[in-house]
Amino acid sequence: MNTPCRAITWQSLRVCCAWLLLLCSLGFNASLHAQTNAADPNDGTVESAQPNEFETLVHQLVQGNLPNRIKTVSKLAVYDDERLPAIFTALAAGDLQADRNDPPTVAIRDGDVATDALTGEMLATTEGLRRVPVHNALRTQLRGLIAQLSLNNADAQVRYDAVRRMIYDGIDEGTVEMLRARQEVEESTLVLEAIETARALFQLNSEDPSVRLEAVQQLSGSLERQARNELADIAANDAAPQLRAEAQQALQSIEGRISFYRFVENLFFGLSLGSVLLLAAIGLAITFGVMGVINMAHGELIMLGAYTTWGVQVLFPSLIEWSLLIAIPAAFVITGLVGILIERGVIRFLYGRPLETLLATFGLSLVLQQAVRTLFSPLNRSVSSPDWISGTLVINPVLSITYTRLYILIFGLMVFFALLLVMKRTSLGLKVRAVSQNRAMARAVGVRSSWVDALTFGLGSGVAGIAGVALSQITNVGPNLGQAYIIDSFMVVVFGGVGNLWGTLVSAMSLGLINNFLEPYAGAMLAKVMVLIMLILFIQKRPKGLFPQKGRAAAD
Amino acid sequence: MKTTEQLRETWRRDQVFDFVQPPPAFDSVVDTTHGPILYVENISVSFDGFKALNNLDLTIDEGELRCIIGPNGAGKTTMMDVITGKTKPDTGSIWFGQRIDLLKRSEHQIARGGIGRKFQKPTVFEALSVFENLELATASKKNVWYTLNNDLNGEQRDRIDEVLRQTGLTEHYHQEAGALSHGQKQWLEIGMLLVQNPRVLLVDEPVAGMTGEEVEKTAELLTSLAGRHSVIVVEHDMAFVRSIARKVTVLHQGSVLAEGSMDQVQNNPRVIEVYLGE
Amino acid sequence: MLIQRLLLNDRGGMVVLGLVALIAIVVPVLNLAVPPESPLYVSNFTVGLLGKFLCFALLALSVDLIWGYAGILSLGHGAFFTLGGYGMGMYLMRQIGDRGVYGHPELMDFMVVLNWETLPWYWQGFDMFWFAMLMVLLVPGLLALVFGWLAFRSRVTGVYFAIITQALTYALMLAFFRNEMGFGGNNGLNDFKDILGFSLSADSTRAGLLIASAIMLILGYLACRYIVTSRMGRVIISIRDAESRTRFSGYQVESYKLWLFVFSAMLAAVAGALYVPQVGIINPGEFSPLNSIEMVVWVATGGRGTLFGALVGAFSVNYAKTFFTTFSPETWLFILGGLFVMVTLFMPKGLVGLAGRLLRKGDKE
Repeated sequence: MNTPCRAITWQSLRVCCAWLLLLCSLGFNASLHAQTNAADPNDGTVESAQPNEFETLVHQLVQGNLPNRIKTVSKLAVYDDERLPAIFTALAAGDLQADRNDPPTVAIRDGDVATDALTGEMLATTEGLRRVPVHNALRTQLRGLIAQLSLNNADAQVRYDAVRRMIYDGIDEGTVEMLRARQEVEESTLVLEAIETARALFQLNSEDPSVRLEAVQQLSGSLERQARNELADIAANDAAPQLRAEAQQALQSIEGRISFYRFVENLFFGLSLGSVLLLAAIGLAITFGVMGVINMAHGELIMLGAYTTWGVQVLFPSLIEWSLLIAIPAAFVITGLVGILIERGVIRFLYGRPLETLLATFGLSLVLQQAVRTLFSPLNRSVSSPDWISGTLVINPVLSITYTRLYILIFGLMVFFALLLVMKRTSLGLKVRAVSQNRAMARAVGVRSSWVDALTFGLGSGVAGIAGVALSQITNVGPNLGQAYIIDSFMVVVFGGVGNLWGTLVSAMSLGLINNFLEPYAGAMLAKVMVLIMLILFIQKRPKGLFPQKGRAAAD
Repeated sequence: MKTTEQLRETWRRDQVFDFVQPPPAFDSVVDTTHGPILYVENISVSFDGFKALNNLDLTIDEGELRCIIGPNGAGKTTMMDVITGKTKPDTGSIWFGQRIDLLKRSEHQIARGGIGRKFQKPTVFEALSVFENLELATASKKNVWYTLNNDLNGEQRDRIDEVLRQTGLTEHYHQEAGALSHGQKQWLEIGMLLVQNPRVLLVDEPVAGMTGEEVEKTAELLTSLAGRHSVIVVEHDMAFVRSIARKVTVLHQGSVLAEGSMDQVQNNPRVIEVYLGE
Repeated sequence: MLIQRLLLNDRGGMVVLGLVALIAIVVPVLNLAVPPESPLYVSNFTVGLLGKFLCFALLALSVDLIWGYAGILSLGHGAFFTLGGYGMGMYLMRQIGDRGVYGHPELMDFMVVLNWETLPWYWQGFDMFWFAMLMVLLVPGLLALVFGWLAFRSRVTGVYFAIITQALTYALMLAFFRNEMGFGGNNGLNDFKDILGFSLSADSTRAGLLIASAIMLILGYLACRYIVTSRMGRVIISIRDAESRTRFSGYQVESYKLWLFVFSAMLAAVAGALYVPQVGIINPGEFSPLNSIEMVVWVATGGRGTLFGALVGAFSVNYAKTFFTTFSPETWLFILGGLFVMVTLFMPKGLVGLAGRLLRKGDKE
């Protein structure tokens, strides 16, 4: 009798190892980010004890009168210093401040706080700081310089943004010169494309009709809003008929590309929504699909996972960057234990009575909700996102993808395949499948079915907790978080076919896609209603889901 | 490819959908002019690649008592499922008398039409009394409105009394069916078939778990039924089969292996091979 | 003969119905005829509360009929209840006439806010009481008919049925939250003025509604009794206990389930229609899946499979709810949740079963 027990312990150890590995791989990823972030300021920081030429110039910048300031600005512009863009931007915006000391303290004001422009330290007091005056001529000069600076920035994304800002602000002789210079050394295709668009936009205003024609052809297919507007203007109003026709054609090709990228975007959002559904439903696919237990408290287990993330962030405020990676195993363990508790305390008395299980677990879900409300608060908790998953990946002007969604998509798939491996390749998985198919037989060959039940339920619950960690990044973390997902999760499992993990994957993704493609036509609410109705009808047609279990056992 | 064919079939212009056709009415008279009452022809059923029935042919004469034996997995229960409409076969046809195609009928229509079935595990309505169990099974109109507003008439009550006597359950009349002994439940279930006035009785393992005395009584009951009804008995208990059987059919791997009297079958070398192993 | 079948064999039912009748007679008298200073005076609040409880009891009856007798767990009865409520609400809205905030003679206030020009077609006719009541029965009945036909025909049972009914009420909730549906969106229908010419704020109207609810409850109970004591009732019980045996006995199980489901849905709708004028509002929140599950718990607590058990459950759970939400709202969800667990684990036959067991014990000693 000892052996199966030990095997299971070994098994759980092995599962733990797998998670650690997963964690490490994610952690490595994150530390890369952390390193690059940390490395950047170091490069530019020069020992502050000895004011170097750059710092002297900055001090000069805030002293003296306006004509002098223009000169100082030009001198500063040749320095390749990390701190320069921030100083220039602040100066142009009127956020640069200084006091009357010698050397003066130069500060960048942001709302109520000010940071030292040279050391980057937060200033204790803002007393004595005065705005450094600028006028329009200086502002124009600064804008050009800032553009120039960001155009030569090491980060392709910054360069790209700079070009796009230029396009947005309008291209003139000066900027076009700058762009041409950059074009020769630029390596990123994204930036190069943007530069070409910018130059073509400039050429549109040329006197020479052939240059303009060329520019129109060049702009064909460009996704910049500015380019589209200009072309539309030409297509509608321009005197030269050939140019008009060309512009028309260019516009058409632009529309085609835009609708293609919109489609790609929809596809991505659909898959992203699908991955959220997948995460929410996959734990249920185990408890419901494999064990036949209706766990209405599944949503609340997700909620607990999300609260774990919050808890981790509150307990270790200095480790925000790492919080998610800590929260994943923590949530798995916590919700897994809660799940085992639920199974041992309630569900094991109700096997074979699914409707009663449904009611009892629903009661538990109410208790868990109220417990969270009483222990923490009925209000939503704010969970912050680490830097490495915030931000947007801009692929082109029409298509941009938030990192959060991208990571959740990847994460959802990782969890899915990890679970698939657990079910298909480990002895726990084998036992789970054995017990689910024939409890008496499994017991007869020495499987401790009560242990397997508890562990399976714990596994399903733990996965719900992990889903909660992911969901904490995209929705409000509050006592009602779980309710929002429970019906959807059941629908996913039922649609996919009970007891079939692949079915769950396919159904989650297709429901996400259907929902997302319906939304533009029907609105968010109605799209959801339509999906629900479609599902209800589908279940009538195929009561066992997309991928039903077949064979003699399923017919009973 | 299959889908497009299905689609084409669905959108065929002369297609008549099932739901616009009137529900097939059961002919009141089962035509048995040629002798047999049940023709099972060329039936195949497969579950996910596993062939439960494989070109099964079987003919049951009117008033006959037929025993069907066979090793586990020979397809005995599946055969009953197919005849009673629970499982739809992949190929083949089943005729009830000369004219009624059973494959076009649903389970309750087949039951009303005169084919009764006893399950392997005794299934009676445990929360109801013995009388109520029989009342439910009794042949009468069985639609919702009728049962809501009508009780049984005298004739039907008499029939129930008769069956109670036949099955020896008269004194248990008021008892809850759940409280009966195993053997009594088996008889009650047979009784429930009888009040349906069926032409054909399908009886799945009637003596499983019975004591010797109960087995004897059951054998007596079944043999007395033959003649008035056609009875098909599926059974594992060879002694029991020997005691009642006139004609025995041996199923193996979903088709008929041998047919004949008990002695003939027992001396058939193929049957011996199947039962005793190669 | 019929009376004996419906009542005399049902001691518990007689007691409970007697109490209901007593409430219907005594409470209005004590509310209207007794001066407020008297210790016997029943407050308006209590009248409203009891009226609400009677509606809930009728609703519980409908759930018990389908779950306790046929074994079909519907987590969507809140939808039928709420649809019935909306039917009544639409009638009451039309009665407001030009007394609304915007004083439009025909359009509801929320339609004026949405800049609608004309009354939508589905609001036509609801100014007539008989038409509204017909719709209260027909719309939920038809929904149950279509939904049930689809579900039972493909033999969707047990947990699957529970889940898709829950999806149904959830879908309806989302749909009714939309302003474009024309049912007042988030806020629902409220600010009712009068019913059949009687002002809803008058004490006598409230007492009248209480009596009407009690009468409907008694009639509903007798109708359910008629069904469960008929042969059809026994067929339904046998479907619950051994579905395929029933089928092989020659019954078309699907149509029994279907008509019982439709009847039960209509009963729930009547409860909803009586509920709305007494609480003065109906909004999409009533569709919430939680409500539908709560109803099931009333029945489970009272004792499913006995009709009066449903009434006992509805009264006791709702009384507890009122009590706890007034004195310590924090604990109510703990108690409700705990009740779910306790009842399923320890009292599968509910309070009625428990009482029965105690009585029998007493008899033996």
